[in-house]
Amino acid sequence: MRYAEKEMCVSGIGQSAIYRKPTEWPFKLALDACEEAIADAGLRPEDIDGASCWPSGEVGQSTGFASASIADVAASLGLKLNWHSAGDMAAQLSPIVNAVGAIAAGMCNHVLCWRAMGERWTPSYGVAAQKMMAGRAAIPVEGFREFLAPYYAPSAAIWFACHASTHMTRYGITREQMAAIPITLRRHAGLNPKAIYREPLTMDEYMNGRMVCTPFTIYDCDVPCDGATAVIVSRLDVARDLRQKPVIIEALGCGEYDRMDTWLGRSDYPHMAMHDAAKMMWSRTDLKPKDIDTGHIYDGFTFLTMSWLEALGICGEGESGAFIEGGQRIALDGDLPLNTNGGQLSEGRMHGLSHLYEAVLQLRGQAGARQVTHKTPKVSVVGNGGGSLGGAALLRTE
Amino acid sequence: MEGNLPPRQLPYVNEMNEHFWSGSSDGRLRILRCAACGTWIHPYAGRCPKCRSADIAPQPVSGHAKVVGFTVNHQPWVPGVPTPYVVAIVELEEQSNIRLMTNLPRIAIEDVQVGMKVKVYFEQHGDIRLPLFEAA
Repeated sequence: MRYAEKEMCVSGIGQSAIYRKPTEWPFKLALDACEEAIADAGLRPEDIDGASCWPSGEVGQSTGFASASIADVAASLGLKLNWHSAGDMAAQLSPIVNAVGAIAAGMCNHVLCWRAMGERWTPSYGVAAQKMMAGRAAIPVEGFREFLAPYYAPSAAIWFACHASTHMTRYGITREQMAAIPITLRRHAGLNPKAIYREPLTMDEYMNGRMVCTPFTIYDCDVPCDGATAVIVSRLDVARDLRQKPVIIEALGCGEYDRMDTWLGRSDYPHMAMHDAAKMMWSRTDLKPKDIDTGHIYDGFTFLTMSWLEALGICGEGESGAFIEGGQRIALDGDLPLNTNGGQLSEGRMHGLSHLYEAVLQLRGQAGARQVTHKTPKVSVVGNGGGSLGGAALLRTE
Repeated sequence: MEGNLPPRQLPYVNEMNEHFWSGSSDGRLRILRCAACGTWIHPYAGRCPKCRSADIAPQPVSGHAKVVGFTVNHQPWVPGVPTPYVVAIVELEEQSNIRLMTNLPRIAIEDVQVGMKVKVYFEQHGDIRLPLFEAA
């Protein structure tokens, strides 16, 4: 069986500045990230013949949850695209999965992928969003939120808190164990000049943090920000002569095997789409969980990271609490350095693609002060998404 | 949360969901069921995911369920809604993957537990009767 992703690589990466307060126009940040990725690869905009992002903003939308549409980026950079897609399927890794498919089909050679957040410029979360929420009460709710929103549950924090309660009760996982994720990631963020929160977080501060919805305090929820990340997916045979050593895409997973229209209807609740994505990813490689050198796993909420650790088989079902407890295993010098940039919990809610960016930095040995040095990272895993969205990628050096 | 209720964001009722949101005027919750194999289906699907039969119709359920997960929400997401309040996931006794998000306003917050048995009642909003749950 031929798996096309092994003939593809990440050839370039870029990331804008990250802001907690509205500072620079989010669409400009998206272009900053895209231009940096193109230059990092040693390409010119003329070489880019494919583009993909998820979700894509509407044309002309330059702030908010998706602040750079494919059309607007293409217009700004003068791209001539043979192929483009804003399709979903693998959560925040959708652009990567779609790019691999398009390159394998011979549609294009170099696909520019990005995720651009402008949530501080046009907030969709927190107190600043209250007016919007109040306004929504008058509008009937449709889609997957139909069965959630009527119960004063407008936020994913509430939906995942329910998943967490089921899982943590079943396996006796405690908040003290869960604390290892935000505390350890904050230590990593201290070495990342771009991270929003860099001061150490103590167990005491965590345990007494403002409760959002049990078991999540404010420290269990990621930090909305403005910023953008871009990566270029290229055909390996045309990327070998480029500026950077290619990072090979060893395996991708985007499986959806059980009721993808709802966050509650899986027969194995509180498992999520991530469990299918992880299963599919491992079916496409001879590598095993023990081969992973660094983990870059979605941390929109702490529980999602724990759930991913189990879904990926890095630890057993129900064992994520014991696995992360104390934080030694997931520290920079641990068995599985986790979210070495500080993750979305400290660096900022860059919504997934930042995890891929960081994995590439670690595999290239370019992560600066936060570079993993007690071993040479050769294999990294990226897991993105939660609920009915999930995408997994295994990356390796050549 | 009973009494003067702040506005809830209500569903858009259509052919696919009216049995659920508006079909309980006799006090019984209705869920779609496959007539061929008996599988309960929620939310709407056009064929039975188990046997692919198209013979699907709403049927009353007992209304008995158990709490499988919940959160005590403290964040003032919606202006005017007093906090804290409970948002719960309940599993209907008929079939374990028929799960509903709901509120439990008649149960004291400190009494809510994973595994507790609950039964349905309804909160009327015009044509919509919103399923809520109370201690069974």
